[in-house]
Amino acid sequence: MKSIRQVLFCVAILCFFFFLNHFLTLYLNPYYLQILIYAGINVILAISLNLVNAQTGQFSMGHAGFMAVGAYASAFFTDRVGPLLHSFFTHVLAFPDFFSSFFIFGFALVIAGCLSAGAGFIVGLPVLRLRGDYLAIATLGFGEIIRVMILNMDVVGGARGFTDIPIYTNVFWLGLCVYGTWMVIGNLIHSTKGRAFLAIREDEVAAECMGIHTTKYKVGAFVIGAFFAGVGGALLAHEVGYLHTNSFTFLRSIEIVVMVVLGGTSLVGSALAAIVLTLLPEVLRFFSEYRMVVYSLVLIFLMLARAKKWKST
Amino acid sequence: MRKFLLVLAVGMGLVMGCGKKSDDVKIGVYASLTGNTATFGESMRKGIELAFEEINAQGGLLGKKVRLIVEDDQSKPEEAKTAVVKLIKRDRVVAVLGEVASSRSLAGAPECQRSSVPMVTPASTNPKVTEIGDYIFRVCFIDPFQGEVMAKFAYQTLGLRRVAVFTDVKNDYSVGLANYFEKTFLELGGKIIGEESYSEGDIEFRAQLTTIKSQKPEAIFIPGYYTEVGLIARQARELGFQGPLLGGDGWDSPKTVEIGGSAVEGCFFSNHYASDDPASVVQDFIRSFKEKYGEVPDAMAVLGYDAARVLADAIHRASSFQGAKIREALAQTKGYEGVSGRVTIDQNRNARKAAVVLKIENGRVKFFKRVEP
Amino acid sequence: MQFLQQLINGISWGSIYALIALGYTMVYGVLRLINFAHGDIYMLGAMFGYYVAVFLGVAEHASGVRVLSVVLISMLGCGLIGVGIERFCYRPLRKAPRLAALMTAVGVSLLLENGGQLIFGADPKFFPPLIHTREIFRFHEIVLNNIQLMIFAVSLLLMFLLHWIVMKTRMGKAMRAVSFSHDAAGLVGIPVNRVISFTFFLGSLLAAAAGILVSLSNPKVEPLMGIMPGLKAFVAAVLGGIGNMMGAMIGGLIMGISEVLVSGYISSTYRDAFAFFILIFILLYKPSGLLGKTGPEKL
Repeated sequence: MKSIRQVLFCVAILCFFFFLNHFLTLYLNPYYLQILIYAGINVILAISLNLVNAQTGQFSMGHAGFMAVGAYASAFFTDRVGPLLHSFFTHVLAFPDFFSSFFIFGFALVIAGCLSAGAGFIVGLPVLRLRGDYLAIATLGFGEIIRVMILNMDVVGGARGFTDIPIYTNVFWLGLCVYGTWMVIGNLIHSTKGRAFLAIREDEVAAECMGIHTTKYKVGAFVIGAFFAGVGGALLAHEVGYLHTNSFTFLRSIEIVVMVVLGGTSLVGSALAAIVLTLLPEVLRFFSEYRMVVYSLVLIFLMLARAKKWKST
Repeated sequence: MRKFLLVLAVGMGLVMGCGKKSDDVKIGVYASLTGNTATFGESMRKGIELAFEEINAQGGLLGKKVRLIVEDDQSKPEEAKTAVVKLIKRDRVVAVLGEVASSRSLAGAPECQRSSVPMVTPASTNPKVTEIGDYIFRVCFIDPFQGEVMAKFAYQTLGLRRVAVFTDVKNDYSVGLANYFEKTFLELGGKIIGEESYSEGDIEFRAQLTTIKSQKPEAIFIPGYYTEVGLIARQARELGFQGPLLGGDGWDSPKTVEIGGSAVEGCFFSNHYASDDPASVVQDFIRSFKEKYGEVPDAMAVLGYDAARVLADAIHRASSFQGAKIREALAQTKGYEGVSGRVTIDQNRNARKAAVVLKIENGRVKFFKRVEP
Repeated sequence: MQFLQQLINGISWGSIYALIALGYTMVYGVLRLINFAHGDIYMLGAMFGYYVAVFLGVAEHASGVRVLSVVLISMLGCGLIGVGIERFCYRPLRKAPRLAALMTAVGVSLLLENGGQLIFGADPKFFPPLIHTREIFRFHEIVLNNIQLMIFAVSLLLMFLLHWIVMKTRMGKAMRAVSFSHDAAGLVGIPVNRVISFTFFLGSLLAAAAGILVSLSNPKVEPLMGIMPGLKAFVAAVLGGIGNMMGAMIGGLIMGISEVLVSGYISSTYRDAFAFFILIFILLYKPSGLLGKTGPEKL
């Protein structure tokens, strides 16, 4: 009985996003749609970093690096392996085009997530022995190392960028990924095991005394965060259709950290902050070349406004 | 705070919802006005604005005043895409001008192609940009042409046999130009001894230059932008390198001579035009640019101006603001007398025009040689 | 032969990192704040230097007084801006989580960069030669010029001066007390706010000095010139043991030399990656840095 309900629920979710996608592509101005998609991608990134930064208290500044891994891995998959799979699906299995691209992009997203998670594991295991600012600067360093490595790989275009990536990202996939991220991370932090993350944030030594395997949980949070960062990167790659390592500098990581800090510890806060900070530069287009100055002023102002609340507690 | 953020988000959504209407004809520009290549975006915008100011003073396009809508892309590819989508879908521009960098043109151009809005890029040299579709045009050289010109010039005219290449490895323009230069130079029978690299924004090049110098090349080819070339030249001379330095159109700016000083004396670079060309197109442009902005135009400004002029010319010939008709007219551009030379659009929608090789002598950039395509 | 030349290049370049790192380390020592905007203060130092030099016409007829006034005015200007940033942006956040203060610092850094692009223009500017480059040493292929030597000498001098201030003066004693504990220092009557302001003033002076020195040997100034050196200098400060003056100097030199060697012998593409690689390596095996004191982190 329960499993039938679960299946039905999944189908309902799929249908909802499917029709939402159709409705929005038909009636929403593509410009707003574009911003909506960027906002969604940023929500995924902010929530996944929230798990690491706000819930587990591990200050990571290398999120853009994991995004880059996911973006390039998925683009490589859809661009090089995709056409083969497509002909296999359509000719051998006689799938319609729609299902073929559905499966290809689905695979690409999973591959992006898994590779990023792998990178997260390799980076996290040694680095998470560090704390606070040291951890921040080490993760930032790893993010930059990943970027430089991609820049030197000619198979993904190097300095000339990765071109001709098929445009697969739409509201359907975006909604599904945002929903998935939210569900996984939201349920995780409210589960019994997830309390361990909070315990580590509050006091690592005490958590260890309680019998929590801190390394396991810290690395775990890092790997899960990296997984969804990779998914976010894959969505971005298949939205823009072009990749360049300039999109994944440490400034990008900092942008995501700002979202998390501004939004506070809750997931809702991070998601809202992600939306606000995506909209902000667009609203400020009015100011033309002044907009980045206004953007930074607003950022400082928001931080100072938050400070009043911290003072009162 | 959460509530505050929510209110802010909704408020911003509302602000973005409202737009203005007017009877002018709108032309969109996307440029890097902020971020690490802001200086190129600014120059290009100045060139484009000057062009349309002149056009408006002469009565506009097909009787309508042109209103430029300039959008910033923060020097990032994904922002370039947003800017283009905004220009096309919200502002409903009839044509798009931009970007300087190929990496951002490659992100923005597919959107123009999909919406059948013609796009003319002033300075994206990567051949892939115009391969995106039949609505994408350019008024600059492509990398293979310019790389070949300089390689032949180095081998045949200067008689050089051993050249080192110093590339800006984070810059697609530089990497592309270096590749084609090396290819042609090797085919001619020359030798590339030593390839070193730097990154845009660097100011310290002594390490790489020391390595280059120890291999004793006759000349160094530096396919970079003027933002770095002056310093590279200075440091090369400080370390005792005497041979000539060679470069591409990225060198074209008063900054090269200003920063490089005596270090760039006797150096050569390829360009679209010579600023000492007596032709009235060139001299008029330089004069009015100086009047308006108080500075000498660089390559980006010139190409921006020409891109705007070529587009305006096409709209005149099409006598319509429809994308498809402008596209037709653009494709038929033949021998348009631009500042950067006589522009003919070939079947790949690239500009076919002569290159000039310039020499820096006594602190001035002088015409040296003309190379037909 | 070539190696010696690379070593000279590396030491001169590393001295710049060392000067910026000194400021980083001092502010961190007192406030436990990574002042992200420090690299941009370095940029402002170079910019102010440029404008004062052009205003005074130093390029046409350089005299000792004019050169000195260029240096002093821009250092003073940066010092005041540093104090202002602390007063209005960091002080309200002193009780907030450190992460929040760090993000505000990022905001200030973005403001200075983007504001700089607006006010000064994004195009690179030629810094007029305050002192003419002269070769003072040439042996076969090895060249050493007066500016390279001067950069090294000045940064060494400033480091010892700073060391003297922190160790021997009353203000220095107060700074050390504040870095130990804000509350305890306040209780014994040390004006904590004034001490912190002074620290920022001093740190910004050093950044401005670095900005002008770098413009002497690499005469190009632009609004984004501070991002990478700022980051690298921070790495250098961590490398040497953050909060330690001598460590910052040594960290800076190591960074400079290793960067030059990597770009000279391997490839400049791996230069930035290598810098971070050293950092991570050091952090993993000696997390307190080369000269940092080891001790349990306060909970």
